[in-house]
Amino acid sequence: MTDTFRPGVRDEEILSLEGVSLWLSGREILHDVGFSLHAGELTGLIGSNGAGKTTIFRVILGLETPSAGKVLFAGHPRQRRSKSIGYVPQSTGLDADVPLRARDLVALGLDGDRFGIPLPSRSRRQLVDEMLEAVDAQGFADARVGKLSGGELQRTLIAHALIAKPRLLLLDEPLANLDIRSEQEVVGLLAKIAKAHAIAVLISAHEMNPLLPVMDRVVYVASGRAASGPTEEVVREDVLSALYGHHVDVLHVHDRILVVAGKDETHHTELERTHTVVPRGLG
Amino acid sequence: MFSGFMVNAWIVATMVAVVAGIIGFFTVLRGSAFVAHAVPQAGFAGAAGASLIGVSTLAGLGTFAAISALSIGFLGKRGRHDAVTALALVFMLGLGALFLSWSEEYASAIYALLFGEVLGVSSNQVLATAALGVVCIAAVVILYRPLLLTSVVPEMAEARGVRTHRMELCFLVVVALVTTMSVPVVGALLMFSLMVGAPGAARSFTDKPLSALSLSVGISVAIVWTAIAASYETDWPVGFFVGVLGAVFFIAGRGWVAWRRSAAGRVDSTGHLATGPMQLATATGMNGEPT
Amino acid sequence: MDAILTSIFEPGFFTSEPVRVAVVVGGAVSLVSAVVGVFTVIRGQSFAGHSLGDLGTTGGAGAFLVGANPLWGFVTFAIIGAGAMELFGARRPRGRDMATGIVLGAGLGIAALFLYLGTTQSNTTGATITILFGSMFVIRASMIPVFALLSVLALAVVALLYRPLLLSAVSQDIASARGVPVRVVGALHLLAMAVAVSLSCVTIGAILSTAVLIGPAAAALRLTKRPGLAIAWAAVIGLAVTWLGILLAYDSYYWPPAGRGWPVSFFVVALILVVYLLADLANGQKARRAGPRAIASDKGPGVVAGRAWPSWPPEPGAE
Repeated sequence: MTDTFRPGVRDEEILSLEGVSLWLSGREILHDVGFSLHAGELTGLIGSNGAGKTTIFRVILGLETPSAGKVLFAGHPRQRRSKSIGYVPQSTGLDADVPLRARDLVALGLDGDRFGIPLPSRSRRQLVDEMLEAVDAQGFADARVGKLSGGELQRTLIAHALIAKPRLLLLDEPLANLDIRSEQEVVGLLAKIAKAHAIAVLISAHEMNPLLPVMDRVVYVASGRAASGPTEEVVREDVLSALYGHHVDVLHVHDRILVVAGKDETHHTELERTHTVVPRGLG
Repeated sequence: MFSGFMVNAWIVATMVAVVAGIIGFFTVLRGSAFVAHAVPQAGFAGAAGASLIGVSTLAGLGTFAAISALSIGFLGKRGRHDAVTALALVFMLGLGALFLSWSEEYASAIYALLFGEVLGVSSNQVLATAALGVVCIAAVVILYRPLLLTSVVPEMAEARGVRTHRMELCFLVVVALVTTMSVPVVGALLMFSLMVGAPGAARSFTDKPLSALSLSVGISVAIVWTAIAASYETDWPVGFFVGVLGAVFFIAGRGWVAWRRSAAGRVDSTGHLATGPMQLATATGMNGEPT
Repeated sequence: MDAILTSIFEPGFFTSEPVRVAVVVGGAVSLVSAVVGVFTVIRGQSFAGHSLGDLGTTGGAGAFLVGANPLWGFVTFAIIGAGAMELFGARRPRGRDMATGIVLGAGLGIAALFLYLGTTQSNTTGATITILFGSMFVIRASMIPVFALLSVLALAVVALLYRPLLLSAVSQDIASARGVPVRVVGALHLLAMAVAVSLSCVTIGAILSTAVLIGPAAAALRLTKRPGLAIAWAAVIGLAVTWLGILLAYDSYYWPPAGRGWPVSFFVVALILVVYLLADLANGQKARRAGPRAIASDKGPGVVAGRAWPSWPPEPGAE
């Protein structure tokens, strides 16, 4: 019952992870991860492949139970599976021939988990149309999903997740296979959605530059450890070097940031290594 | 051809066609065509065994179909591609041959079970088929939405709390039921053509899910009625007509798609300019792992 | 001692002509299938092998209809099928499986028709069984040279192409770069497969032939990572299950319930399944003893439809 939808209050804390560690098959996948997400904010979960981003998602979705630490959703312990968290995966297994139009896919987001066959109703159709408009998808609403381009499908999936009125929206590498223009469109759209619906949006990416213009906060993940806070406070040489466990250089080129592995890989003392120098919850 | 014993055959055939068209729609949607091969083959062994010990063929069919369907469910996607599965299925066929070799009716029984048989439908069979059909249709009506959701975007369904694994098991059980109804009529080897050919063709002609479902049923009924009528007239096996017609409809669907694509250039039926291939689904692995 | 021997080898086993022919022909065919099958499994073309068997059904039924020797029907259609696969490409996008299945379904339907027509024409009822489930004990001795020739042909092809086949299984691109004519190599492999499958259609039957093609190979790949050794294992397994199957079938003549003997193809298929499971078990044991890091990945050897090469080279990625 704590997961039912209430109109979002700006800046309300929607999700918080505290001291989350996860061990799988004898390996520590996540170590002492903590951050919080607030309504109306767009947060980037940045890290290279294998750093632990997808695992963090799975923990948030309740698909993995942390070995230690807490996951709180709107202040209450995470209940497994909830309609209040929308999730857009990295890819779908949709093949080109699936007989579903974009609007059908969005409609499924409304009540796809309820039994029975949906009766056509005006309010249902109206809701779907609203969502399609919100993601600027009216142009291809009646096209078969298999015929959509990457960016168009992405927007349709966002509408599908959005129509259930979630309080938190998770997107797993939404920009991975998009061209630049679609990238910008999707990023702009997500920022707009976060503000307009007072939703917390968490986007995972291995490349943070496309998100820089709209990112309110960043959670930077490396080797299962995380540092979170406003971008300028986290993406710094000292913070990231501590995170990675070896020296990294943070270069600012025009309005972009490049994180590059430094020359000296072993320049840290035993003390630094065992001491968690990870600023968390700076915001 | 509509009198006496043939009435039973028509009733059973129609029910089979309707149910196969519906379940086939979801089978194709879920990319589970393999199941349409595997379960009938296991069912064949069960039917052979049943006829040997004098139990109702449907009972044997149903038991083996259910067991194999559930085994596939518990093995998961991994099981689809394992050598064990392929070898186990071939073993089922061999087992069926073994059972039938012990009976008196070896050749004709094998033939009927593998390629379909239109005569000899008893009233009991009509009742049993009707019961199975009702259960299947009811299941699909109830599970329509979650089934659709888990077929199309399983990860998102999982995140929303839909128990995808349970849906898969329910679906597989229904497939087992459909198999039990259909194999006596169309044959174990030709079930695939009906269950996959009809929906495979239907999805080429329409974008809308409910329309595709209805069309799938329509095509399936057309195939089966033609097969029964033709088999009655020529004495040729039902399986022949089902196999060939299934392929004909499927190819017609493909042809229609190809023709429309070339005729329309880069604009599809809704006038929407296709801007490129679907990038999302192809650039990463099926389960979302980065390639 | 004598009593034990006679109970294992029922009287007349060694003197029976059909048994001798079966041992020679069946053995040779299983050997060829096993060896060719190793490459099939490594290249992830098990589905193609299965399809060729199904096509064989149509061919055999057709041959039966026109009164020809089923072997020629099997061979003709298998080669046509191999040619079609070569033309349309061996890649397997998701829709391809469905389309292939539907076309094969039509083929099976046509086979049903041929069998029906042929049966009513010639008034023989055994054709269905012979074509679908094999006829190892009714092969005429006069056919032995033909079988020998075809077997040698198939083996010669894979022997010649041993290294190019393995290299292109690792990576088509690497092989091309090294000057391997990958298209030709692939086509020749399909040809060898077509021949092997059609031979086993005669002995084991068209719809069971897949078992002798991929079974021994899959089991062998569970037992070893080295290709040469895998081929040796597969050959041994293929021969062993066939000969044991023949023996059991012969002995089963007096077994209940029918006093007709159990079908030999049943034994062969059952034995292959058992051997594979044992090989799988042995692989699991070996890995457990070697430590957790050596546990075979889920997609280990024996993968039928996807890449099947165990740990050498590293997994190229799911299909």
